[in-house]
Amino acid sequence: MTIHFVVHDEGDSVGVVVVEGLSASNRINGWVMDQDKMIEFDAKSDIPIGHKLAIKSIKAGDTIIKYGVDIGKAVADIAAGEHLHVHNVKTKRW
Amino acid sequence: MGMNLKAGSFEGWRRENGRMGVRNHVIILPVDDLSNAAAEAVAHNIKGAMAIPHAYGRLQFGADLDLHFRTLIGTGTNPNVAAVIVIGIEPGWTGKIVEGIAASGKPVEGFAIEQNGDINTIASASRAAYRMVKHASRLKKVKAPLVELWVSTKCGESDTTSGLASCPTVGNAFDKLWEAGHTLVFGETTELTGGEHLVAARCKTPEIRQQFQAMFDRYQRVIEDHKTSDLSDSQPTKGNIDGGLTTIEENALGNIQKIGKHCTVDGVLDKAEEPTHPGLWFMDSSSAAAEMVTLCAASGYAVHFFPTGQGNVIGNPILPVIKICANPRTVRLMGEHIDVDTSGLLQREINLDQAGDRLLECMLRTANGRLTAAEALGHREFVLTRLYESA
Repeated sequence: MTIHFVVHDEGDSVGVVVVEGLSASNRINGWVMDQDKMIEFDAKSDIPIGHKLAIKSIKAGDTIIKYGVDIGKAVADIAAGEHLHVHNVKTKRW
Repeated sequence: MGMNLKAGSFEGWRRENGRMGVRNHVIILPVDDLSNAAAEAVAHNIKGAMAIPHAYGRLQFGADLDLHFRTLIGTGTNPNVAAVIVIGIEPGWTGKIVEGIAASGKPVEGFAIEQNGDINTIASASRAAYRMVKHASRLKKVKAPLVELWVSTKCGESDTTSGLASCPTVGNAFDKLWEAGHTLVFGETTELTGGEHLVAARCKTPEIRQQFQAMFDRYQRVIEDHKTSDLSDSQPTKGNIDGGLTTIEENALGNIQKIGKHCTVDGVLDKAEEPTHPGLWFMDSSSAAAEMVTLCAASGYAVHFFPTGQGNVIGNPILPVIKICANPRTVRLMGEHIDVDTSGLLQREINLDQAGDRLLECMLRTANGRLTAAEALGHREFVLTRLYESA
């Protein structure tokens, strides 16, 4: 079974796409590394390899968690399955 | 079952100061930008000698000048170097670098250009380089315990696959090397931003933690003093962002996977400073690849682990740089730059322990003489760190 995205920890807000050519509406498989379990999802955006998708519904101002740690804040609402990157998330530093 | 590191050995060159090297370079080291032409002419004349040109060395002063000297002396002293020719515009600073390298017992000679001109300097330095190449090529390799191999790490053009797989691969190898008693280093001060508390928690003693925190805080002030609305696509870089990394915090958390899960931070180093005992060291340094790798070489490290996501192509003149990549697209499109492909981790075809062992096997092959991708492709990036403007 192809793994389409990988999540560091089940408490994270995001997963990382690890295949090329992922399109919106694809049913995709994710591997949660720390808990070593598989999850299924519907992609809602075309997402390039290495880029992230939200795996939960996120509101503007919410903290984004990856590796179980704060990696920044949402500056727009992000639906589960949508592309999450510099257009909707910003650093809290600098 | 992985390698038995404690019983392992490699074959390299035992230098006069007791350190083991894995390459046998004769280098032509300019003191300053003005001496690059003469250095390159000598390396052209004498096969087996390598010039290491660079952009600086004039009108530097204070701590910035100290770092310049420390980096050049450290480069010459590195055990991957058999002998050194130093060429400078004038004899004073040339002599200072010769003296610094000579303290290690290594063959070194200096030449100054003023009152001689390029042509006479090149002739004299070429004769000396000729003798040194013949001397170095006669030196025999000897066997040594693997623990004598010093290993540095720094990643570059990272993407999300770096944090998922290639940096954890280095972390797995570092945990094993640390346990076996190796001398290790990581750095990239600003690229810990967002994960600095995790590094602080790994410091072995409160004193080391305080030293680390002071280095981190100082570098943050530099960023705060000079930043515009963002870090101008420098941290994360354009390449990092193309690869899917969104913020400095995310980049940092991937970066610090390189120090594994178990090893403690056993000491801190200033730039190009030599470690004084085995363990994992933190070096206060830039996150720019060539600057950091140049500093690792100047600190005496003999092999370097370089995880990349989007495909940084860096090498170093004297330090073999082993590239680790887990991004299947990068491996497919620019595989000639990659020494260890760990993309199988993302599809669960291999586990982290196996990936770490693959890297350690590559490290051993490299130590025993196999060229890295960067060496075979001629990458010799040598970039000196500057602290402030020249006088």
